Amino acid sequence: MNRIDEVFSKKKKGVLNIYFTAGYPKIDDTLRIARALEAAGVDLIEIGIPYSDPIADGPTIQDSSQKALDAGMSLKLLMKQLQDLRKYVKIPVILMGYINPVLQYGFTKFCQDCKGVGIDGVILPDLPMQEYVEMYQQTFEEHGIYNIFLMTPQTSEKRVFQINEASKGFIYMVSSASITGAKQEVSQAQIDYFERIQKMNLSVQRLIGFGISNKETFDNACQYASGAIIGSAFINQLNKDDSDEAITSFVGSIINP
Amino acid sequence: MITKENYKVNSKGYYGKFGGAYVPEMLLPNILELQENYLEITSRPSFKKEFDYLLKDYVGRPTPLYLAQRMSEKYQAQIFLKREDLCHTGAHKVNNTIGQILLAKALHKKKIIAETGAGQHGVATATVCALMGMECIIYMGAVDMVRQRPNVERMKILGAEIRAAESGSKTLKDATNEAMRHWINNPTDTHYIIGSVVGPHPYPDLVARFQSVISEEIKYQLTEQIGKDHPDMVIACVGGGSNAAGAFYHYLDRPEVQLIAAEAAGLGIDNKKSAATTFLGTEGVLHGSKTLLMQTADGQVTEPYSISAGLDYPGIGPIHAHLFDSGRAHFCAVTDEEAMHAGIDLSRLEGIIPAIETAHAISALDKIEVKDKVVVINVSGRGDKDLDTYITWGKY
Repeated sequence: MNRIDEVFSKKKKGVLNIYFTAGYPKIDDTLRIARALEAAGVDLIEIGIPYSDPIADGPTIQDSSQKALDAGMSLKLLMKQLQDLRKYVKIPVILMGYINPVLQYGFTKFCQDCKGVGIDGVILPDLPMQEYVEMYQQTFEEHGIYNIFLMTPQTSEKRVFQINEASKGFIYMVSSASITGAKQEVSQAQIDYFERIQKMNLSVQRLIGFGISNKETFDNACQYASGAIIGSAFINQLNKDDSDEAITSFVGSIINP
Repeated sequence: MITKENYKVNSKGYYGKFGGAYVPEMLLPNILELQENYLEITSRPSFKKEFDYLLKDYVGRPTPLYLAQRMSEKYQAQIFLKREDLCHTGAHKVNNTIGQILLAKALHKKKIIAETGAGQHGVATATVCALMGMECIIYMGAVDMVRQRPNVERMKILGAEIRAAESGSKTLKDATNEAMRHWINNPTDTHYIIGSVVGPHPYPDLVARFQSVISEEIKYQLTEQIGKDHPDMVIACVGGGSNAAGAFYHYLDRPEVQLIAAEAAGLGIDNKKSAATTFLGTEGVLHGSKTLLMQTADGQVTEPYSISAGLDYPGIGPIHAHLFDSGRAHFCAVTDEEAMHAGIDLSRLEGIIPAIETAHAISALDKIEVKDKVVVINVSGRGDKDLDTYITWGKY
């Protein structure tokens, strides 16, 4: 059983997924931060593959990517850092990145290495569904890697069903029309969108992301989905204090009652 | 047998193996809206009528096809210059912005965004926004804003808001990223006018169609002047490749016409400071399409270099990647120095100071055999904006 499915089979509500950029704040921090997150009680971990031109990301994640790249981070090095991942980390780990570095790495080799180090899923926002189905799905499936799709408030009903059909693990439900890291109050339009999707009774679990930054926004999102994803707010935390204790208390501030 | 269909975009948005729409889900509804409507809207008689009218009475089309006598003597060929430099705003860019703003109106969009490198596309966009009374935001790399200050002021005079792209290398590719991010944040009321044959499908096809007026005119102008509708050779410079796409368009299926694309070699293709994508690039995905781009082995997009800000782009339109890959077009790499000398040459021989982008196309005459051939060179823009660069270079 894929570790992502295991999480959702045990936990239907309040699933917390935290994103951080590989090789940030320091190039050798990747595994340390993953371990600290698991120890602190998060349910899934999403590791960003740094890219020079991340068009879906806001300034916080852009900045962390650029600094990681400047320090010498690469997908090749990330795979090396993750060699011992499964000695220490039991929860699902997802890689999030843009398609170009994956294509240069070699798509099949990428899937092989993901499987080798124990990656459970991949989010490639700029890999379109049409191309995924025609050219990539088979290889993903052969290696047991789940491809996670995004949906947004503008995604048509027909397409939401198509995404549900093509999805495994969970659907990444983008909370509003925005890039990552946008701070906002939860608007009526967003609630309408959350409720509209909720009523569609999709077979795949949903996690809400973008604009989730603290306990209040996390709890709010959890009313409409199985859980939520925190990215930029965690990077901001790392910028302030990236110690294991600080990570524990950041996660605690979200999941503790 | 080579047919035009081989070079036209297919129903999935590909030119051979290049193209497609590699965009995040957040942009997809906008892209689908364009994909589903652009052909229908642009083929409406009312659309065509307004487009043709504006190109004629506002832009000043048709632009002349001028037989360059002294240039022809020098190269012992018949060299025609397609004078896109005489378009309103000084370059071919306005052909596309007129078309796209009419499309934006037909889609009931209220606001326009665009990216710009040298500022020519930004000026052409700000111009049509003023013409149509639409709100206009232009993203421009912070580094480019310093290099191209007069164009920044031109856009402001025209009423556009200029936003500096401070991310990454702070140049054209980053301005494009910022424009895409803006579009993600404002998906319903905004149209993004991309300035070249780059970006996700249908942009490369859309822009090529609007620019195809260039080769449409060349066909009948040549017929009037030499009694046949095609030259032996068409030469154009390629950054993203919109002027070349327009100049090649109606000759794509005519194997008797050689297509020559001049890329910016910068300080040379053996040097890291270059923008010659077909020489230095590899397959990948940039700004929403699969194409050739300059990148590291890790897939990070590298910063190109050219003396010409308009050619200073790390990728190339997917149509050109396909023309290169299939061998239909011949690509040559022109260094800064060669281009600057060619620009002076055209100025002295014909009294036309070309944009430095265009000067790259002129320089191609020294790199290929043109003797006794009928050659059309697309003079994509005029050199006014580049006066500082000519002055700084100084060897005239």
